[in-house]
Amino acid sequence: MITVEGLTRTYGAYTAVDDVSFVAQPGRVTGFLGPNGAGKTTTMRIMVGLTPPTRGSVTIGGHRYADIPNPGRHVGVLLDASAQHAGRTGREILTLGARTMGLPMSRVDEMLALVSLDDSEAKRRLRNYSLGMKQRLGIAHALLGDPSVLILDEPANGLDPAGIRWMRGLLKGYADRGGTVLLSSHLLHEVELIADEMILIGHGRIVAQGDKESLLREERPSTLVTSLDNDRLAAALQAAGVGVTPAGGGLRVDADPTSVGRAALEAGVVLTDLRSGSRGLEDLFLQLTASTQREQPAPPTAPFAQTQPTQGAVR
Amino acid sequence: MSTTTSSTPTPGAAVPRTIDVSGTAPVPFGRLVAVELRKSYDTRAGFWLLGTIAGLVVLAEGIATAVGITQDNSPGLDFGAFVGVAAFVTAVLLPVLGIMLVTSEWGQRTAMVTFSLEPRRPRVVAAKYVVGLILTVATALVAVAIGAVCNAFLGLGIGGADWTFGWDYFVGFLIVQSLAMTSGFALATLLLSTPAAIVVFFAYSYVVPTILALASAFLDWFEPISDYIDFQRAQVPLRDLSISGGEQWGQLLVSAAVWLVVPLALGLRRILRAEVK
Repeated sequence: MITVEGLTRTYGAYTAVDDVSFVAQPGRVTGFLGPNGAGKTTTMRIMVGLTPPTRGSVTIGGHRYADIPNPGRHVGVLLDASAQHAGRTGREILTLGARTMGLPMSRVDEMLALVSLDDSEAKRRLRNYSLGMKQRLGIAHALLGDPSVLILDEPANGLDPAGIRWMRGLLKGYADRGGTVLLSSHLLHEVELIADEMILIGHGRIVAQGDKESLLREERPSTLVTSLDNDRLAAALQAAGVGVTPAGGGLRVDADPTSVGRAALEAGVVLTDLRSGSRGLEDLFLQLTASTQREQPAPPTAPFAQTQPTQGAVR
Repeated sequence: MSTTTSSTPTPGAAVPRTIDVSGTAPVPFGRLVAVELRKSYDTRAGFWLLGTIAGLVVLAEGIATAVGITQDNSPGLDFGAFVGVAAFVTAVLLPVLGIMLVTSEWGQRTAMVTFSLEPRRPRVVAAKYVVGLILTVATALVAVAIGAVCNAFLGLGIGGADWTFGWDYFVGFLIVQSLAMTSGFALATLLLSTPAAIVVFFAYSYVVPTILALASAFLDWFEPISDYIDFQRAQVPLRDLSISGGEQWGQLLVSAAVWLVVPLALGLRRILRAEVK
């Protein structure tokens, strides 16, 4: 299990990681989700002692990483699949790791088979690897020492859909046997597919954590509605103090479908389409990290934007 | 806005929350050395650097043999002299080897993996230095072996070779070459960049002595100080182990402190504190 407590890392005036605390439980895959530059990598680097923290601490299975003897046997680490010598073959890279950890060379073959790198691929130099192959090799390297904790930074990056499915099976099986898995991603759907537990980070701070169901429960209601007279419906809803934004040929309303239907009935507007506008985790993710996104979503799709619909925009 | 939900307890329970590390031995130092040694030749750059050192030693000693044979050994070559010839080559390339041992790890970013597998960074640096010494000794032995072959050829060519082997020269050769390798190693820890370390090393080996000599020629008061700064010159009496007396030792130790100990200390401090990217 990984325990992060009050972790902070500053670079001059810039705070990369801001008072981050969480626990990655054994037997579960914990997804660490956030936009680029949110502080995921820095947090993971601090975990394995590559970056010193400004404040706070991380323990893995109750130990500081630096205090774990032969750490490769206990903690599997993949921080950057490209951070290997481009001139070494895949097999050589695994051989160096296995030798450092004091493992038999048969382990190298086992791991190559596990990540489906065949003999000719293993003999290729890393510079001739695709990103997906590098990721597979990096995962093989992390698993070499049969560790009980895995720390993987963007492991699904560069994998094709079949590769992501393969990794999900691999990590689920690993967690089911009691292992702890922490993996990061900036893509929600990857984490959604693989992780049991999610930690959402934005601007160095944790903005939400929990499993998928509990995260969705927190979401504000949203409805998509189209009517024969959107302007009148929008006015009626606004009069009731509900936020309305134009969305395609209709409206997005910050209320549940029942309230919208009732408002339409009272205003005497004929509805042509009424459905829940909950966009699931992606919406929540964007909403929670909106203030920290590098690219702000365009206004029409901005969740819960408080802009008033202009008459011209609503047709 | 923070939505914190406590995680559900693990199904099946009885999953250990702590890791028992008492049964795991730390990575033995010998294993680190073996791995670092393997890293020094398992890439093309490393392999060809070692190959180039051997090739140039063969070339230099071969030229000496040819000169000896054609001129009926008027230079008076003996077995020991061939080792001396090799020193010209290795004095240039062993520092590069010392540099590459350190910087290849940073240039290719493998330090991230290396320091993840052994977070006690001083042990990794020490293992690399031991590899540098092993390769220096190996180079010296190769130079002697090639020297023996060349001397035998010379003997065939002129009818009878001189097998006098100056052990003092050989030990002096080992020490001076180790210092050269160490200089490169020290600069590399400080600069952590192959080109920068190579440029600075050659500037300091060839430009600094010239500047010091010029300064001493024009400034009388500087000459005695210069003797304590010029590391290259201070090593001269080491070559045949003729070094003696407080002055020579003092000049060696002071100049070594300036050019070896200070960069190495600063470099180690940098590596131990650095954020490994």
